[in-house]
Amino acid sequence: MRALKIKNITSTRLFLPIVSLILVLIINMIKTPNFFNITIQNGVFYGYIIDVINRASELVILAVGMTLVVASSGGTDISVGAVCALAGAVACFILAGGEVSTDVYRAPYIAAFIAAIFVGLLCGSFNAFLVAKMNIQPMVATLILFTAGRGMAQLVTNGQITYIRVESFRMLGNSIHGIPLPTPVFVALAVVLVTLIILKKTALGLYIETVGINNKAARLVGLNPVYIQFIAYAFCGLLAGLAGMIVSSRVYSADANNAGLNIELDAILAVALGGNSLSGGKFSLLGSVIGAYTIQALTTTLYAMSVSADQLPVYKAIVVVIIVSLQSKEFIKIIRGFNLNKKKAEVVYEK
Amino acid sequence: MLLTPFEVIMDNLLKMRGICKNFPGVKALDNVDFSLNKGEIHALMGENGAGKSTLIKVLTGVEEFETGQIILEDKKSIINKSPKEAQENGISTVYQEVNLCPNISVAENLFLDREPRKFGLIDWQKMNRMSKELLDKLDIKIDVTKPTENYSIAIQQMIAIARAVDMSAKVLILDEPTSSLDDGEVEKLFVLMKKLKKEGIGIIFVTHFLEQVYAVCDKITVLRNGALVGEFEVDNLPRVQLVAKMMGKDFNDLENIKGESTKTDDKEVLLKAESLGSTGNIKPFDLTLNKGEVIGITGLLGSGRSELVRAIYGADKTDTGKTIFKSKEVKINAPIDAMKLGMAYLPENRKDEGIIADLSVRENIIIAMQAKQGIFKLIPRKKQEEFVDKYIEILQIKTAGRETPIKQLSGGNQQKVILARWLLTNPELLILDEPTRGIDVGTKTEIQKLVLKLATEGMTVIFISSEIEEMIRTCQRMVVMRDKKKVGELESDEISQNNIMSAIAGGE
Repeated sequence: MRALKIKNITSTRLFLPIVSLILVLIINMIKTPNFFNITIQNGVFYGYIIDVINRASELVILAVGMTLVVASSGGTDISVGAVCALAGAVACFILAGGEVSTDVYRAPYIAAFIAAIFVGLLCGSFNAFLVAKMNIQPMVATLILFTAGRGMAQLVTNGQITYIRVESFRMLGNSIHGIPLPTPVFVALAVVLVTLIILKKTALGLYIETVGINNKAARLVGLNPVYIQFIAYAFCGLLAGLAGMIVSSRVYSADANNAGLNIELDAILAVALGGNSLSGGKFSLLGSVIGAYTIQALTTTLYAMSVSADQLPVYKAIVVVIIVSLQSKEFIKIIRGFNLNKKKAEVVYEK
Repeated sequence: MLLTPFEVIMDNLLKMRGICKNFPGVKALDNVDFSLNKGEIHALMGENGAGKSTLIKVLTGVEEFETGQIILEDKKSIINKSPKEAQENGISTVYQEVNLCPNISVAENLFLDREPRKFGLIDWQKMNRMSKELLDKLDIKIDVTKPTENYSIAIQQMIAIARAVDMSAKVLILDEPTSSLDDGEVEKLFVLMKKLKKEGIGIIFVTHFLEQVYAVCDKITVLRNGALVGEFEVDNLPRVQLVAKMMGKDFNDLENIKGESTKTDDKEVLLKAESLGSTGNIKPFDLTLNKGEVIGITGLLGSGRSELVRAIYGADKTDTGKTIFKSKEVKINAPIDAMKLGMAYLPENRKDEGIIADLSVRENIIIAMQAKQGIFKLIPRKKQEEFVDKYIEILQIKTAGRETPIKQLSGGNQQKVILARWLLTNPELLILDEPTRGIDVGTKTEIQKLVLKLATEGMTVIFISSEIEEMIRTCQRMVVMRDKKKVGELESDEISQNNIMSAIAGGE
């Protein structure tokens, strides 16, 4: 009876991700009492918690795409960080008209925005082609753009940081006058909502899960696994393009070397922290979103505890190890006292 | 010196006695005995699920066994905990898929992990020389310095055998070695096997090609449902008898169970396949399916039963012939094309190709209908639940609820869910490939009744089963398969156990 109860609670999909997030927040409350303080300056909210929600936006957007990629193929797209950089570089190149720095738009903003999204979609489709059609391992396939993406961004920006010193360019990554919360928060929210609606209103979610769980059976029930995986990777690329725009806007520039650096790993981690299996199949989009906020909360916490940027990864790693092993099946087995003893074969010796 | 009869008896190489092995809910091996003499080629035969591969796995240490003993050379009892340990005990296996490294030389493969060394480095000259000597001895004449992938699968298999033999194998297990070989290559393999036999090596030959058994083996051990049927001298066991033993029937004193199915008078053709074929899967065949008919496809495992229906359904790519559906030529490139015409296919391998394990009963049932409707026309949740409840009721599916993951259901209930999945699409042609395998007797009867009921309602059903009575009871026409070829058809009045078995066994 008791075992059943534990099982019921732990098998609720979002249980562990939420516990992890709360855990991180509680630690914050103890270590940094002013963590939840929110102040208003110039009609804009400020505070650690706002900072977490704001800074997590790109990660949330990427985690949404990554979730679908993982669910449909049991693999990860490690090129999203580089695609962010490339999309940002292309957008800034267009806006600056090829100059290193500009004070006015040399091309309409909307054109640059669409170009960035298109670059993301193109990169995603390239990955999709390699993974879904050519059957290359996702890690290897996306490794191509992981390495080449930043190189291409460098080519676009001519190896320099392209600055866009126009106030309206900063709106996407900072805040719009008169709105108390930073813009990226709304963008992330919109991405999550739109994706949730697509999953709710079409059969895409069911298709992705079916393909991720059993590719062969999926084909026999009339699905086209290539097509489904294509959608997931292309969509992930598109979102990387959007995230790239936010990243550039935050620093009003395209920095091919540092834009979205290592963010692909955090995105993958967000999916895992969200209680999703990295081997594909059933997924929870909200889990990944919670995972993304958890990671950002952790990062901000560590900064708040004045851990230096160099040491940050070490502490982050420790916490991640704890959270991931808490969610592992083996760990749950151990708590449940799973008995692995097997009957040994009978040994008879004869003369 | 001549051997005395006593010494001949002492030639026993391997004895497995009273081997039992349970998998959850299944007795995989139930008190099985097996013995192998020196210089003997011994066929291990049985239908799917008979326990052949489990016995091999137990012998080679891939699986543990619960009770029983394995005695090597009448001396010591051994338990192999791993394939490596089995190899050290002189038991080597060569599989259908050769496990050599394709891009390194033949010599390297032969001496992988045991290369002759000089000053700690590989002595290439010596290795190549030794390789050549080894292969010469076995009459395999190839360049040992060339990459292994340059040679055909047949040669690669022989290289694998040579490696096993050189590693002082006493017992050589050949697991389905001939499945991907052509006739000439099979012949070469047999020459090699006979040569090894002369050298006193005992060979266990796992295959389902009857002709090959009679061409090369001395003895046959037949397993069925995890139990030993018997050990026979090849010369004393005619083919028809062997088929009967594998299927668990006595050939001579069979009472014929007559099919209850009624013959339909109006023969409206639903589907016609004209020299439809798929290279490597099935040789071109002609087949006509009439409306409201139950057609059985019979043959031993690997005879091409499943491949035939997979070619029709578009599950395997076809490269010859055409399909005519309702007197219109149709192109079926993928299952979805077949589904849109009104076909449904319940695959043979429920676990690998049927169930979507982590998804719920509801999702597993509606998935085919949803796929047919397209991604944008999501079936409303309420409607889904109505469908699911209806089929849980009709098929008496035992599940805790609609949202229970299908993997938590028993095999029989999983099969019913898959059946519900296809019935929901309201097909005109329902293909059932081993729908009753691993299912309790009650459910089996239910499924048979359902098939007959559907046929009277006008549905055409292709029914494949390893159990002959079941086929006789349900089918009006029977297609006979042998060695990846359609070899004949039996009309309703010709359908009897004896006729079927003779047809399966082929020319004596």
